[in-house]
Parts: sequence; structure tokens; C-alpha cells
Amino acid sequence: MEIAQQEVLVPAAKAQAVKLSGSEALLEALIVEGVDTIFGYPGGAIMPIYDALYDYNDKLNHILVRHEQGGIHAGQGYARTSGKVGVVFATSGPGATNLVTGLADAQIDSTPLVCITGQVFAHLLGTDAFQETDVINITTPVTKWNYQVTDATEIPEVLAKAFYIAKSGRPGPVLIDITKNAQIQKFDFEGYVKCNHIRSYRPKPIVRPQYIQQAAELINQAKKPFIIWGQGVILGSAEQEFKAFVEKSGIPAAWTVLGAGAIPTDHPLNVGMLGMHGNYGPNVLTNECDVLIAIGMRFDDRVTGRLDKYAKQAKVVHLDIDPAEIDKNVKSTVPVWGDCKETLPLLTALVEEKQHTEWLAKFNDYTRQEVEQVIEKELNPTTDEMTMGEVIKQLNEITKGEAVIVTDVGQHQMVACRYAQFNNTRSNVTSGGLGTMGFALPAAIGAKFGAQHRTVVAIIGDGGFQMTCQELGTIMQSGVDVKIIILNNRFLGMVRQWQELFNERRYSFVDIQSPDFVALAAAYRIPGKVIDDRKDLPSALNQMLTNKGSFLLEVMVTKENNVFPMVPQGCSVSEIRLK
Amino acid sequence: METQDNEKQEYNITVYTENQIGLLNRIAIIFTRRKINIDSLNTSPSEIESIHRFNIVITESEEVVRKLTRQIEKQVEVLKVYYHTNADVIWQELALYKVSTDVIAEKVSVERLLRENGARVVVLRKDYTVFETTGHREETDNLISILQPYGLIEFVRSARVAIIKDSDGFNSKLREFERLEPGEDVVENEYLNKGQKVFTM
Ligand SMILES: Cc1ncc(C[n+]2csc(CCOP(=O)(O)OP(=O)(O)O)c2C)c(N)n1
Repeated sequence: MEIAQQEVLVPAAKAQAVKLSGSEALLEALIVEGVDTIFGYPGGAIMPIYDALYDYNDKLNHILVRHEQGGIHAGQGYARTSGKVGVVFATSGPGATNLVTGLADAQIDSTPLVCITGQVFAHLLGTDAFQETDVINITTPVTKWNYQVTDATEIPEVLAKAFYIAKSGRPGPVLIDITKNAQIQKFDFEGYVKCNHIRSYRPKPIVRPQYIQQAAELINQAKKPFIIWGQGVILGSAEQEFKAFVEKSGIPAAWTVLGAGAIPTDHPLNVGMLGMHGNYGPNVLTNECDVLIAIGMRFDDRVTGRLDKYAKQAKVVHLDIDPAEIDKNVKSTVPVWGDCKETLPLLTALVEEKQHTEWLAKFNDYTRQEVEQVIEKELNPTTDEMTMGEVIKQLNEITKGEAVIVTDVGQHQMVACRYAQFNNTRSNVTSGGLGTMGFALPAAIGAKFGAQHRTVVAIIGDGGFQMTCQELGTIMQSGVDVKIIILNNRFLGMVRQWQELFNERRYSFVDIQSPDFVALAAAYRIPGKVIDDRKDLPSALNQMLTNKGSFLLEVMVTKENNVFPMVPQGCSVSEIRLK
Repeated sequence: METQDNEKQEYNITVYTENQIGLLNRIAIIFTRRKINIDSLNTSPSEIESIHRFNIVITESEEVVRKLTRQIEKQVEVLKVYYHTNADVIWQELALYKVSTDVIAEKVSVERLLRENGARVVVLRKDYTVFETTGHREETDNLISILQPYGLIEFVRSARVAIIKDSDGFNSKLREFERLEPGEDVVENEYLNKGQKVFTM
């Protein structure tokens, strides 16, 4: 294995090798990598690791989840708020297969994770042994890298490689499958060396100055330039560099769901959200701008709508760390390969200081129309029933836009992303690319461990909550403080919206019954409250936020409400509908 | 320009990789996921120890091939990927033919047959004879049709191997990799700042 020797961090170990088991070596490695929290669930094939963990209790905090899917979503939440690598343990067979949804989610959302799965003894591999599954092959399409360890001596190097791959370049999930014999086996542990180079792996493409130059020329000549940014800005910790670029160039900028918060929601050049349920102006004006500057985003089809009618008039400058993203969906005029933390300052230096007042005013015109026709109704409804939007609005007022908002998948997710105030980066934790229902509750647990000083509010639909509600048990046992808001519309709302709009209201299996959520929470010793009257909203939110520890607030909202604007599937972004 | 990009033809994809278990699967998935059929696949150690070379043939448009190439190159253990049309490579396939010795000896002028088809005898036994020929698909196919009437017992053909015509191949880069970081031993990362010279992307 090709690993460069840089940092040797295990004290005393180098001087004389110590005998360690594979499991102990693994835990030593985690400590050197700066891991403080592990989410996991034990089982036969990972028992030696858990046995070793018993003695590392003071150094490694292990959170026992209620299902491995919860474990991996918690790892994702942790990684998203902390910017560190999430670590997850699971046993072989069903334990490992329960990770698959989370791996797919992390892969598509570029979330750095190191998952450790136990595996049957090496001599049993391929024999259909008890709880044996071919975890490496099952997880290959949903991991950035994976590896099966069958000998303890491999563990330090493989772990070093795993962490390096997970967090460098375009981050992603890595899975290490360790056979039981390797966990038990003792070997001469000579210290742990962090990895910072792999021969065949190029985490960052080389920055080409001529492209920066060309991009700057295009931008300087543009009459109607438009920036669209994604999570790449956040993953690259390039928020400052991004802000400097936006402010100097004076170009209106819109965000993808995962890019939310990289610059504050109320920044004067932040013109809103892109995509299927994004804002009116950014969508329509995508088809009017002359230069489109895409930064750390991948032109997902939820953002572009119909590709053959997407920004055809525009010259496209695409900044991305992953060369495979450039020209994948939208052909770029100038590709700017590289880490945007490096490329943005180079670009900023070359762009002229400008103000695009008239062009910016066009966005504001569209905002005015959207406010009139959609936003006002949603945020200040005149009917008796509460809307999802007004709950988010109230929440903004109380949290002052400082909370981490974790959302599940559905209407509430789109409403939360649209209306929540994000004053800080790493504040919007949601399943963007995979759209995994059941994500929010466990992700919120992880998010809180990743940002312990921040308020974490999970906003979840009545459907999605029932997919992973067993994680209330994890909240109970770990004492983690997450605020849970269930927006209950007594429907699988987003599917119902599609059925209403596109299937002639044929409401096929979207009418979902729920248990008494507050009683369910109470069974887990978590206080809660249900409200269905607007006048109780502020006090209930206050009660939730001031409660010491977790709290579940169920808000009964309008049954049949739709999220607008909407770019119907198969339509162009300029065909966005306001109703 | 655009029409050319979308025209399907045979492409030879050359992949240089680490010698790593599971990598074949990772690469194969990139094709199967898009429902692209692999016409031919060959993998073997390259001229450099610890580095393997894949030759993959697919029939697709250049645009698709370009995107596939980038996805393959994205894999951690892949060093470099190239794609070429048939015109840009010299390629060969190896074929073996097993025929009853009796029939062949009696009915055919073996010598002429071998000469005309550039074939040679690999094994000559009482009961059967094995011929070998290398060439393009049409050439190896040709010998099948000649031997078929004489009771071809068994036939097998290898995957395609291709050499890139352009003389500045990957070889010198590979040697450089190997010099800076030999396969087995861990070395100091003096090569880190040389990345720009070695990689084009
Ligand atoms: C695991 C999973 N299954 C199915 C879906 C399809 N789906 C997307 S949104 C949605 C409805 C969500 O309903 P609910 O959780 O009540 O939230 P709402 O839309 O009402 O806010 C469904 C079923 C999904 N995204 N994830």
C-alpha cells in the first residue's frame, strides 16, 4: 500500500512496537484521526471491536442507535454540521445492509463518512456463513471507496487511507469491512501514520490559470451575469472566498438546496433558491442571463428541469473540484477545475468591481410577484388552518436564523428550505440528492453531536417521522438535545401534491394515519405538545426551544396545501408555475 | 461537430490501475449502471510491476465515452484513462480452433490453409489439431468459416488488446510514477509537488 509517511502521532509506539489486537489498532487509529463520537450498533461479527471499545470509553463516545440506518444518518448529520468525518459501526449481514440507504445518501450528497462493518471469519468468506453478506460488492456503487480487511496488520494503513479518501477532494463515504479474525488477531503495532497521498488518487485537479483568466474575461464582459452555487462552497470551506467574489463582482447569486447558508439568506446579493421548488426569479432568469457562473454545484435535474431548454443563451463558467462533473449535464464554455477555495480568490482578483443594479432589480421584480402570489399566502395565511410556511416564519423569529435546521423529505422540506433563515453556514442539513425519508430524526441527533453549542431543530413530516421514529430511543438514552417539529398534514404530502396536479387528484395511498406522537415521545421520556391553533404557535415554539433537552412539537397544518412555485417535471425552468 | 460527437462507433478504452481486488467490479459498474454493453474486456499486468492495464471496447458516441472515461478516472485506484477510435490504435485478438486431425489431414491442404490465414499449429495430436491465429475480428472469423465445413470442434477468441499509435504513450509517465513511488515500499512524498508534471488533470 502506498502511503506517505508524514505524521506519526501515536506516542511511544514508534520506539518499540506494542502488541495490539486489530480492534485496538482500529480504535487507536480513530483517536489519532480526531474522532470523538461514533454512532453504531453491535452484533456478533463486530463484537471484538465493541469489546475493545469498553476500555476506550473515556476517549471515544459511542452512541447506541436503534437501527443502523439511524446510525449512518446520524453520522451524516454529524459530518454535515462539524465538517469532520462521521464514523459508524455496524455488524455483518443485516447490520451492514441496513447501512446501504445512508451510504447512497452520503455518496450523492458528498458527505465524508468512514463506516466500519464486522465480517465473518476470513476462512468462512463465501460459504454463506451465518450473517455473511458480500458487503463489499453490495456497497461498491454507493461508496467512494471500500476495502475488506482480513489481516490485522492491514488496519493502520487502511484506516489512514479511508480517512484521507473520505475527506479529501470531493468527500464521500468509505466502508471498511473487517473480518472477525482480523479484529482479534494480535500484531506488532508500530504507530499510526496519517495518509496524505495515494499514487493513483488525485483529490484536486490542477488549477489552470488560463481558464481563470478566460472566466474573468467572460464575467467582466457580461451584462447579466448570474451566480449559482452549491454545497461545494461549504465542503471546500470557501464561504469567505465566495462572499468576497460575490461582493466584488456584484453579481446576483442563487443557491441549490445543499448550498443554503453559505452566505446568509438576507445578503443583498442572495436572490434565492434554485430548482423545482425554488424561487421564481432565479429560475426564470436562468434562461435570461448571459453568463452563468456555477460554483460547486452539479446541475442536478431538480435544478435544471429540462436540460435542452436550460440556459441555452448563456455562456457557462463551471467551477468544480470533480472533473467528472464538468460537462456532465451542462456544457461549459470555460471549465474551472479545482478546489473553489483556491480558484475563487484567483477569480476574484481578476474580476472588476461592479454593481449590476438594473439586472438585480429584475430579480427583485420577480420576488415581488412571488411574494404577492405565493409567499404572502403561505407566511401570513388568512384561513384558520396553519400553513407549514408560517411555522417556519415563527421559528425564524425566535431562533433569529441561528439554528441548525434538519429536514426530512417532502413538502415540509421544500417549505423549510425556502423559508428558513440561514445566517450561518452548515445550518441546512437535509437529504438533497437521494431524498431519503426517515433521514431527519437520526441526522438531527448527529447534527447536535457535531455542533453541540448550536440549537438543532428537526422539521419532519408525519410520514417520514414514522420511518425512523425508533431513534427517539437514542435521544432518550444519550440525552441529546434536539427539537423536533412534526408538520402533520395527515398525508404523504408531496406525493399527494403530485397526484393533485398531475394525476387528477387520484389520491392513491397517500392518506396516512399517525399514532399519538406526543404520547409516543412521552413513552421515551421526551416531553411534547400538539397544537392546531395559530395562537398557540409562538408559545409552543418558545416552550420547545427553552426546554432543557429534547422536545417534540406536533403542529397540525392544512391538509391539502401545495408547495409553489414549482417547475413541473419535464418542463423548462422558465415554465415555473406560481400556482 | 455535434453530429460527430453523437455518432456511435467502437472505442478502445485504456485504463491504468493499481492491482486491487474489487476494482474490476467498480469499473464494470460504471458501464452496467448506464446499461452499456462491454463488447470486449481484457485486463493484465502492465509493463510496470503493480500496475494493471485494462483494454475495454464499447460501441458508443464520443460524448458518452468521454463521460465514462472521467467516471472511471475518478475511481481512487485508477491512475489514468485514455480512449481511442480504432483508427488510433493497433489492435489484435487471438483465436484458437480445434479440429479433428483425421478430417483435416484427409480433406484439406493444411499447409495452404495455414499460409493463407496466417495461422499456425499450436498442438498436433492424433485425435485433434489446434490452430492459432491473431488479427482483427474479420480475420479470425474468416478461419471459422473455412474450418466449419470440416467439423470445427471448439473455438475460442480472446478479448481485444490494443496499442495506442501515438508514440508518447503512458509508459514514460508510468515509469516516473514507479521511480518516485515504487509499488511496495513506502517512501517520503517528494513527488507531491511534482503532481502537475505527472497528471494532466
Ligand atoms: C424512503 C422513501 N420512500 C418514499 C419516498 C417518496 N416520497 C417523497 S416525499 C413523500 C411524502 C412525504 O410525506 P411526509 O413525510 O408526510 O411529508 P410531507 O410531504 O407531507 O411534508 C414520499 C412518500 C421517499 N422520498 N423516500
